[in-house]
Amino acid sequence: MSDLPQGAAERRIDSAGVVIALALAGLAAVLVWDASQLQSNNPYGMGPHVMPVVIAVGLGILAIGNLVEALRGNLPARESADAKAVWLILGGLALLIAIIGLGGGFIPATTALFVATATAFGRRAILADLAIGFVMTTLIYVAFSRLLTLSLPAGPLERLF
Amino acid sequence: MDAFVALANGMAVAIQPMNMLYALIGVLLGTAVGVLPGIGPALTVALLLPVTYKLDPGGSLIMFAGIYYGGMYGGSTTAILINTPGESASMATALEGNKMAKAGRGGPALATAAIGSFVAGTIATIGLAFLAPWLVDFAVHFGPEDYFALMCVAFVTVSATFGSSPIRGLTSLFIGLTLGLVGIDKLTGQPRLAFGIPELLDGVEVTTLAVGLFAVGEALYVVSRRHHSEEKLEPVRGSLWMTKEDWQRSWKPWLRGTMFGFPIGALPAGGAEIPTFLSYSTEKRLSKHPEEFGKGAIEGVAGPEAANNASAAGTLVPLLTLGLPTSATAAMMLAGFQQYGLNPGPLLFAERPDLVWGLIASLFIANVMLLVLNLPLVGLWVKLLAIPQPWLYAGILVFATTGTIAAKPSVVELSMLAGFGVMGFLMRRFDFPIAPVVVGLILGPIAESQLRRAMSISLGDPMALLQSPMSATLLGIALIALVAPFVMQGLGRFKANED
Repeated sequence: MSDLPQGAAERRIDSAGVVIALALAGLAAVLVWDASQLQSNNPYGMGPHVMPVVIAVGLGILAIGNLVEALRGNLPARESADAKAVWLILGGLALLIAIIGLGGGFIPATTALFVATATAFGRRAILADLAIGFVMTTLIYVAFSRLLTLSLPAGPLERLF
Repeated sequence: MDAFVALANGMAVAIQPMNMLYALIGVLLGTAVGVLPGIGPALTVALLLPVTYKLDPGGSLIMFAGIYYGGMYGGSTTAILINTPGESASMATALEGNKMAKAGRGGPALATAAIGSFVAGTIATIGLAFLAPWLVDFAVHFGPEDYFALMCVAFVTVSATFGSSPIRGLTSLFIGLTLGLVGIDKLTGQPRLAFGIPELLDGVEVTTLAVGLFAVGEALYVVSRRHHSEEKLEPVRGSLWMTKEDWQRSWKPWLRGTMFGFPIGALPAGGAEIPTFLSYSTEKRLSKHPEEFGKGAIEGVAGPEAANNASAAGTLVPLLTLGLPTSATAAMMLAGFQQYGLNPGPLLFAERPDLVWGLIASLFIANVMLLVLNLPLVGLWVKLLAIPQPWLYAGILVFATTGTIAAKPSVVELSMLAGFGVMGFLMRRFDFPIAPVVVGLILGPIAESQLRRAMSISLGDPMALLQSPMSATLLGIALIALVAPFVMQGLGRFKANED
């Protein structure tokens, strides 16, 4: 019972809020470090390091402000999240980046993302979604390369067009 | 009157067939994305930027403005029929509009929203046409220190003054300002925050940030709480048309909503939420049927919708005359101007009057198109809401990544897109506002270059900021706007303790 000192009105420390505050403080430190690497041989006016330092000071103050809010438990209430679905979409994005990076081309990359997202939103028809995604991204590819004359990354599949 | 001549010339530009076509595409796209949950006008402009850079600047900007206006119309349809306001500006509409739809009066609710938006949009665009030249004459005398001070006002009002939490708003702004630092410093050629990664030397692309925050972030957020929200589409039953009584109860709220929306949008006061809620509470107070509020009062739809649209037009005043974006969509439109090497401001009015006035005149045309398209075609727009959620968001993500892949098909750029997506997700989850990040990224570098210009003119004396009466006044306003919410929050807490 010792963790409930003064009745129900006492709010708990929000650990996520503390992490946010620490991240902001870390960002401020990176800004100051980066600004210290800059040369400033500007006798009149303002060098390139001034603005980063000003922003870093602002971030530092906001880190304290966020920390106070977190310690008071003033952060808005959050609902439980479906972490698996979030990771599924992020996995789809990772797959897209990998396919583009390895030269697999636009159509397989975006089809992978399409299927991953649809599955994350509760679809359980991977083959059908593969077909839909493939048709859709192929149409986009053709529209971009033919109508807008914008080139999208081409892999083995796209070279067939 | 100069404004009449300029506007007539603008109209001649706007009614060219190609420009009419761009306006039509804009309002169609805008209405569609406004209706679809999960994508808004800011994201749509962001997605179109990489696709349109080869097109004619005038036409593209007319299209972007059409998207902006169309998004406002479409958002009300979603708010009324499924009670999930696409943007916070439609929240007030959802309060009464969805109740009306449930009571079988969805038709008149949609009608009063559309006609009210038309009335407000038209009046506010007239206001824009007359206010803009006056403001331009005034802004010609602005020095760099005045511009810097003005941007400080915009920073504070967008992030701190009117949000739910000034600390979270300012945090968003400073994250945006930090991202704005990335890249080569234009004056000294030194890289800042690039960490030796060549792709970062050009800075953070506004489109990558906006698409990451709005599209990827929104998809992640919606999927994370998939089991919480249950959306129910109310069918449009009964007559679409408003009765005589509906008209009588609607016209005053339209005009009052416009009076709230336009000035608040035109002052760099940020956001359409304030005028819509002001309008809602005013109508509730003035209504002859206060008992209907909360159960579907038509005044509660007419007023806020008018305020919403009027403030969208109002936002264009600081954007066009001063280059000052005060909403996420306005920030994306500024990015659209910059893509063509154009900088909105007094100079643009002098150098490219055809472009600026063509844009303003096309807003009248867009408004008429929206009225014509929205009322009879509402059934068609509603069908968009029937797209199953998995395909809708999968499609949104495919289009979102396509834009980035087309602009810069690099692993670094796509990783940044995914990173901003995660950031957007976390910001939504912890209730940090998104718009200040975008405004900070796009306005931060401009503010810095104005400040450094001012400093080099004054030989490094920071007192120059206070010696110009204009900039001293503006900095004072910024300071008051920054401190006020904290003071009022303190008062609020004091009151709460007294109870």
